[in-house]
Amino acid sequence: MKTIKYLFITLLTSTLFVACSSDDDNPPPVNEEEVITTMTITLTPQGAGDTVTLQTRDLDGDGPNAPLVTVTGNLSLNTTYNGSVILLDESDPDDVENITEEVQEESDEHQFFYTLSNNLGTVSYSDLDENNNPVGLLFSLQTVASTTATEGLFTATLRHELNKDAEGVSNGNIANAGGETDISESFTVSIQ
Amino acid sequence: MRHIILLLFLALYGYSYGQDCTYTFTGKLIDFHDGTTLSSATIYIKEQDKYMTSDFDGNFKIENLCRGKLTLTISHIACETKTVSYIINSNTTETIALEHHIEELNEVSVTGNIITKETKTAQENLLKVETLKRYSALSLGDALKEVSGVSSINTGNAIVKPMINGLHSSRLLILNNNVRQQDQEWGIEHAPNIDINSADNISVIKGSGALAFGGDAVGGVIIINPKRVILKDTLFGKTIAGGQTNGRGFSLSSSLNKNYANGWFINGQATLKQNGDFESPDYILSNTGSKSKGITLRGGKKTFEKGFELYYSFFDTEIGILRASHIGNIEDLVTAINSDEPSVINNFTYDIDPPKQDVKHHLLKASYYQRFKNFGKLSLQYDYQNNHRFEFDIRVGDDRDKAALDLVLQTHTVMADIILDAKPNYRLKFGALGRYQNNFANPETGVRRLIPDYDKFDFGIYVLNEWPLSSKTVLDAGLRYDFNRIDAKKFYRTSRWEERGYDEDFEDFVIDDLGTQLLTNPVFDYHNFSASAGIKHDLNEKSYVLANYSLSSRPPNPSELFSDGLHHSAARIELGDLRLTKEVANRIAASYSYEGSKFNVLLEGFYNRINDFMFLEPFGVEQTIRGAFPVWNYVQRDAELYGLDLSASYTILDSVDITNKTAYTVGNEIKSGIDLIDIPAFNTRNTITYRNDKWHQFSFALSNEWVFEQNNFPNNNFETTLASSGETVLVDISTPPPAYNLFHLYSDITFDTSENTTLNVALSVNNIFDIEYRAYLNRLRYFADDLGRNIMLQLQFNY
Repeated sequence: MKTIKYLFITLLTSTLFVACSSDDDNPPPVNEEEVITTMTITLTPQGAGDTVTLQTRDLDGDGPNAPLVTVTGNLSLNTTYNGSVILLDESDPDDVENITEEVQEESDEHQFFYTLSNNLGTVSYSDLDENNNPVGLLFSLQTVASTTATEGLFTATLRHELNKDAEGVSNGNIANAGGETDISESFTVSIQ
Repeated sequence: MRHIILLLFLALYGYSYGQDCTYTFTGKLIDFHDGTTLSSATIYIKEQDKYMTSDFDGNFKIENLCRGKLTLTISHIACETKTVSYIINSNTTETIALEHHIEELNEVSVTGNIITKETKTAQENLLKVETLKRYSALSLGDALKEVSGVSSINTGNAIVKPMINGLHSSRLLILNNNVRQQDQEWGIEHAPNIDINSADNISVIKGSGALAFGGDAVGGVIIINPKRVILKDTLFGKTIAGGQTNGRGFSLSSSLNKNYANGWFINGQATLKQNGDFESPDYILSNTGSKSKGITLRGGKKTFEKGFELYYSFFDTEIGILRASHIGNIEDLVTAINSDEPSVINNFTYDIDPPKQDVKHHLLKASYYQRFKNFGKLSLQYDYQNNHRFEFDIRVGDDRDKAALDLVLQTHTVMADIILDAKPNYRLKFGALGRYQNNFANPETGVRRLIPDYDKFDFGIYVLNEWPLSSKTVLDAGLRYDFNRIDAKKFYRTSRWEERGYDEDFEDFVIDDLGTQLLTNPVFDYHNFSASAGIKHDLNEKSYVLANYSLSSRPPNPSELFSDGLHHSAARIELGDLRLTKEVANRIAASYSYEGSKFNVLLEGFYNRINDFMFLEPFGVEQTIRGAFPVWNYVQRDAELYGLDLSASYTILDSVDITNKTAYTVGNEIKSGIDLIDIPAFNTRNTITYRNDKWHQFSFALSNEWVFEQNNFPNNNFETTLASSGETVLVDISTPPPAYNLFHLYSDITFDTSENTTLNVALSVNNIFDIEYRAYLNRLRYFADDLGRNIMLQLQFNY
């Protein structure tokens, strides 16, 4: 039985040792990945006119602060706009990351969907992934020639791991797309 | 032959030492516990083949002994027969202690298959190996549902968390071979990391009436015991192999035990299980495959006076989580709720992709006990547990194969327990516990820590006493005190820290300001008192009543304190609260049991009032770049749970019996009357069994499981505006699914394959009619139907 007693003493001592060995070093902060804080959509008119910029910016991510949504400029009737998207991770102001490149690299698993309410215009894709499906980092927006409405909602949704082959998805219809939503934002835009 | 050798031996002895046969051995027999003398004991002197008895004072004297060995076998009424030997080379006086506590003896007796209950006056139900073997291919949580009043809260079909009388997770205490399981049990999606095949019997104690194990078991205690050590030279084992159609799974479990009459024992057990995607009646539940393996090794020595045990177990499980349950925002959830089918249905595969869990659990234990004369029994135990949990989310880019959660939880525990049972009809048990726990959240995940790094220190002391008031009535009571300290290092977003108002209340915790986030060092101490008292009275030989009261006190767990982030499959932001205090439960319970020759009934009722009950409740909505998310935060309200559990059986014919198990549980907040979430609906299970012991112990059982619709639920529905269509919809996350009625079949037969070996063949069919249903207590009910028909074949070979 002696050996057992020694075994116990050893185990108890090792417990104390382990218990005391926890150091006071502070844990490092997590370098958060795959975070998108900022989406900037630039609508540049083909020909003369004002550039319209739509931005949503949520620097605290899932934190309590709501994203700051800004729209500069008004849409013009009967105009074709070239649309482009830039995605940023600005959660660390000293180390801003461009996420657009990551989406570009995995373009076959990502797609943007755009709608403009009140029949103010239609959106069509201007880019393709390796499977000849649209991505939506580049698109064009054709506004209507005339309307009674003065403003509408421009909605942008980014999904990943979606089914790009489902019906209507390649034409920008989100209904059958499935997948998971990375970004979902509606911008109120004026038209004149 | 033996006698001849003995005679020869004695003759040689006599020849060699013929001159020295003049010694006297004077013996005194006493009771091991209280030192009283034992008169009229029979003493057999082996070397002389003679018998004698002890006198009134327990004394006896053997004269004219030769030099050499003296072997005495002493027996006394109601005592363990004891054999002792001495080397005689002078006149010798010895005091020999015998043991008369029958109950204690059962622990080490050779013959008994008796599995004693852990408690006297608590609502305790025993599940024995005959029942457990049916669940060899399933999980602990599935097996426990054999007990009326025990249900489970599931995430899919492989993550099954036991629930006792409506309470689960941190409110249940699980003891695996006397070691309190520490495996991130706060999480509703964290099933106990225990291989069901390592259990020989399981005690389910409703309520906290087992204070020796902890004072925070607001819901109950689950005690998992390995096979008893029997003092016999024997080698035996068993192998269970099973296959099932649903999930195309197999399981293989094998165990081998070697015991020696002198108390040494060693045994080992291993299990391997795997299944692919399960199927609902209409579609494949993609990514629900799972794999697990378990190993248990155990050895030591067990005698009446002392013993030790070394135990090691390892459990490794990888569980796929329904692919369609991983969603990005509320709109995805709305789509899932409104769709009849899951959004992702792929072809059957054994592959397990994210989202998935991968958990490894090591448990090492060393224990020692010794009984002392005129005193009692001292037990010492040290155990170490290492729980490494990975959770993989669906991620993109370089992080695709990186875990989103990587936690290592290490726990060291030392325990000392003393039982004083020297006096008859008196049994006092007391003990102390010290525990150190460290949680490490790996920052390499690239995802903010769900649970922070922390150190936790626990210290507990308890005392329990038993008073047999009469031959029919026993009273017991206990007190316990626990101290807990949690010392965490957590990063808070500055915006969250301020939104919660922590900048005013907990300014001192901040140790570093990184601009957008703060490093804080919350340290909390909790003092918990718990108590229990119970009485059991035998009305007659067939029936008893028992009643008990328990006070339990549970400090908030790390999740309740520190949760801070998005819960993917629920599409909600969950927030802990540093201001939480302990919850305190007062539970009263009463049972009536009748066991007749044809009719058995057990009726168990309880009322559990929990002050400052901690739970998640919707709090508001927060906007993020992915859209709006409901925020749920932990709150504390006074709550009450009450219910009635019934189990009954009736023998209609000699070979046919029917059994019923029914449970009804209600839970609500006291002030508002609002129902508690996730309370099991009224359920009843009727089984009709035919048995024919003459024909290879054949049995055939058909059972009906009827789960009602839960009408008592909190309304947590909310409205949201869908970005894609601009319409506002009601998100119905509250309404429970409709009632369901399932039929199951189980049949088995046992063949004697040789003198010492048997083969048991069991066939079972679950959900015979392939009924589509969704269970309220399955957290994936928004996304897919539950399992369809499953046919299982299991072979058990005993050797």
